[in-house]
Amino acid sequence: MNGVHDMGGMDGFGKVEPEPNEPMFHAEWESRVLAMVRAMGASGAFNIDTSRFYRETLPPEVYLSSSYYKKWFLGLEDMLVERGFIATDEIKAGRASVPPKPLKRGNFTVDSVERVLTRGSFTRPASAPAAFAIGDRVRMKNIHPTTHTRLPRYVRGHVGVIERIHGAHVYPDTAAHDQGENPQWLYTVVFDGAELWGPDGDPTLKVSVEAFEPYLDPA
Amino acid sequence: MSEHHHHDHDHDHSELSDTELRVRALETILTEKGYIDPAALDAMIQAYETKIGPRNGALVVAKAWTDPAFKAALLADGSAAVGTLGHVSRTGDHLVVVENTPARHNMVVCTLCSCYPWEMLGLPPVWYKAAPYRSRAVKDPRGVLADFGFSIPDDTEIRVWDSTAETRFLVLPMRPAGTEGWSEQQLAEIVTRDSMIGTGLVRAPGAPS
Repeated sequence: MNGVHDMGGMDGFGKVEPEPNEPMFHAEWESRVLAMVRAMGASGAFNIDTSRFYRETLPPEVYLSSSYYKKWFLGLEDMLVERGFIATDEIKAGRASVPPKPLKRGNFTVDSVERVLTRGSFTRPASAPAAFAIGDRVRMKNIHPTTHTRLPRYVRGHVGVIERIHGAHVYPDTAAHDQGENPQWLYTVVFDGAELWGPDGDPTLKVSVEAFEPYLDPA
Repeated sequence: MSEHHHHDHDHDHSELSDTELRVRALETILTEKGYIDPAALDAMIQAYETKIGPRNGALVVAKAWTDPAFKAALLADGSAAVGTLGHVSRTGDHLVVVENTPARHNMVVCTLCSCYPWEMLGLPPVWYKAAPYRSRAVKDPRGVLADFGFSIPDDTEIRVWDSTAETRFLVLPMRPAGTEGWSEQQLAEIVTRDSMIGTGLVRAPGAPS
């Protein structure tokens, strides 16, 4: 979707402000939100693509004015309600009152922690040979799905070159919406800065994105 | 508009405590329904706080600086090479390591959310996840580097990697002059988190900044 989360190339957000000696969490609740999201995801309540989509679909004013973990919290609550794991009445009461819905991979216990700490693999067997080879010129499709996509606006319609091929990976555009892993070839596509930002852009700049094959046309 | 506003805890008490209450309520509900064990959350948070941080990436960088065969393997297949180091946490399957040279400076961003090599660097800092960095890194990276207080030569190529899929990028910074003969352990001490994102340089202690 053409959401406010798709920030590449936007102006007006001001300087980057690194915080010296930044703590890992700025409040205890942030750590609980992180852990709940990881736990419920690992238990199969949702996948990583779905959780991103729920954050992206927060109202723009909420997205822009909420801290990072606040967005995670709001997305988590929405997901769990819409998927039937919790009820809005339970949220209002702050207590469980409805029987639990079974989790695909079972409840999250101390024994499950190690599993969360090692990153999973998103590589899958390919169903067809890769359509592009390293060095091929490709044009990013000019598409504007209202659903989840990992094709940022700032590269759509632009021509780049295939630099790396990563094998077939889970396709976020379908996985986010429970339409299957639908594995697609994943490429690194590199662009000249001038191709993206015009002749006034930094002449020494090259930018790459990780692009799934359905995002690409031959150029 | 900045996501940094939540640093200002003192100005934001009512919003913060409302959030705190809601988070507690959700944890209570999830616990009562049996989905989660709070002790498991404690253990997970403790692991993030103690085991998973930029030290892992620094050890990889220091090894690459001192062992040419490891460096070649690391650049060819980051996940496989890191997997050979028993003292570094496992990193998943999709780590790509990119090397800074005098001719090219690499910088990593996730314009769409906050993708970051957690296993190598820990949880990302707030600035990495916030709008100013995500919006500007792909268009004006030299301006971003200026915000971090340094610059690279005008004729150095600047390459920005937008982490739009599950591949994760780690920058192999340049080894600073004045560290000849240092051990891996000594080198690992001076490798900063930001240098492995591409928003910092590694400097030897006492070197001019």
